Amino acid sequence: MTDPITWIANWLETILEGIGLPVGIMVLILTVLGVLIVVIFVLAIDIFLVWMERKVVARFQDRLGPNRVGPYGLIQPIADVIKLIIKEDTTPKGADVLIYNIAPVIALASVLIIWAVIPFTPTLVGAEVNIGVLFIVAFGGIGTLAIIMAGWSSNNKYALLGAFRTVAQVISYEIPMVIALLIPVIFAGTMSIQGIVNSQELWNIVIAPVAAAILLVSSIAEIGRTPFDLLEAESEIVAGFHIEYSGMKFGLFYAGELLHALTIGALFSTLFLGGWRGPFVEQIPVLGIFYLFGKAFLVYFLIMWIRYSLPRIRIDHMLNFNWKFLTPLALIALMVTAILDKLLTDFSNITYAVIMLVVNLVLIWAVIMVLRIYASGERKKVGELKPTANADAVLSTFGKDVSSAQETSGAST
Amino acid sequence: MSFEQVVFILVAAGTLGAALLVVTTRNLIHAALWLIAALFGVAILFVFLNAGFFGVVQIVIYIGAIAILMIFAIMLTRQISSEKSARFNKNWLWAFFISIIFFAGIAYILSLWPEFGTTKPILSAEIDPVKQLGVALVSPQAYLLAFELASVLLLAALIGAVIIAWEQR
Repeated sequence: MTDPITWIANWLETILEGIGLPVGIMVLILTVLGVLIVVIFVLAIDIFLVWMERKVVARFQDRLGPNRVGPYGLIQPIADVIKLIIKEDTTPKGADVLIYNIAPVIALASVLIIWAVIPFTPTLVGAEVNIGVLFIVAFGGIGTLAIIMAGWSSNNKYALLGAFRTVAQVISYEIPMVIALLIPVIFAGTMSIQGIVNSQELWNIVIAPVAAAILLVSSIAEIGRTPFDLLEAESEIVAGFHIEYSGMKFGLFYAGELLHALTIGALFSTLFLGGWRGPFVEQIPVLGIFYLFGKAFLVYFLIMWIRYSLPRIRIDHMLNFNWKFLTPLALIALMVTAILDKLLTDFSNITYAVIMLVVNLVLIWAVIMVLRIYASGERKKVGELKPTANADAVLSTFGKDVSSAQETSGAST
Repeated sequence: MSFEQVVFILVAAGTLGAALLVVTTRNLIHAALWLIAALFGVAILFVFLNAGFFGVVQIVIYIGAIAILMIFAIMLTRQISSEKSARFNKNWLWAFFISIIFFAGIAYILSLWPEFGTTKPILSAEIDPVKQLGVALVSPQAYLLAFELASVLLLAALIGAVIIAWEQR
């Protein structure tokens, strides 16, 4: 009775065998049932996320948040969903109807499918594949595609601009993210996500804090949340790619975005925080679900904390940060980890972990030093008097032109 | 007909149909999206062959990178995405014949291969194909030279792209 879900699956299997179904159809029924259960479970959490997100942002902004419908406003998301469903469903003139309608579905589906490879307990995983990490990267790309489709098919310039920004941001931040994902793969020696969790006697974040930080930052950019929310910057391009969507179609994008944040949380906890690992999980596997979601919500809270504390960064800063900082750092971290991993194969686990941690701390220290030197240079540059603000500098640069212009303006007044 | 065969036929037909639509549709963005559908079909076929790694790599590289780059290029090109150009130009008959001959040639060469049509034994569960591939790529007995040559070629392309995009200051 310690593993109810496997028990139920076995029980169903015996029943279906009992009524004489062929094995192929039985496997099909069980698989479809499993997919439905995971999807419904995750989407039910998604509805709850709407409430959580609103409540937490309210607290960050010194408000109360939803508190009218139900205790603590808990029924508010249900009311939101009903509102979204009965809202008028508009399609803009000149839109590409098929692509316009299919884009929100793909956007949500590309997030949902990631849950197929995330292990919930030691015994419970949707699809145990030996390429789990690559699978996650692949379907991240499909999510980008959905945003491009939405932006292009809306026949709206703001939407198209949002799609352009998405491509620039999401595809470039995919690079440090993929490199950071490789580091747990090196530790585990497999790309299977269950294998990575199994290998984490000691949480990966302890032996690879640099990779964990890179993954977290690039994931925040990947889901387009503040400080990286240039895809839907309200003050610049209104709402970006989903500007023309109304009702439940917008709802799908919104649900997809919230769920993506939680999915990143689950992914981060699986790769770096030990996934379902926790006390007594070996005896009672079902506890793993609670540990996994506990950690996932913790990371989700961290993402919200960053979102509601930081302002949006400028687009050139966003690209520079990726290409001149995150990507080189991720490459260095990957190379150092790979070389050390080969050098330390003969050492005990404790020595391995300590040396990895020390090397990571040295790397962090070096990064901070480089950033300090760079920042002091930048400060000096900003602190200097701008040539346009300095009359002598302007005169020496432009000479006669400016003085003659001053004379004519003086004469006219 | 087994369940797998039904799914295979459906996927193969979908892939071919999508590939046909790539070349016959008038709207360039639609053509790019049909190309993505065709590539996705090929990925499913890889999964059918128990080559999950290739299936996922197909999605990462062809859909996640190449197709999105193509769509981006089409969207950046003014007007081209809304223009309705002629579906065929006057060389279509020649192109048709050449592609038929090419296909027949490849099929003929494949049929000369001694193991054509024989079913390979299923790999045992202990062998991790991804690990085997990784070892093969870096072992001097297998593909080390080809692998390194390809990486040097890609690096050269990367540097070339940076130089082309470099602003003259």
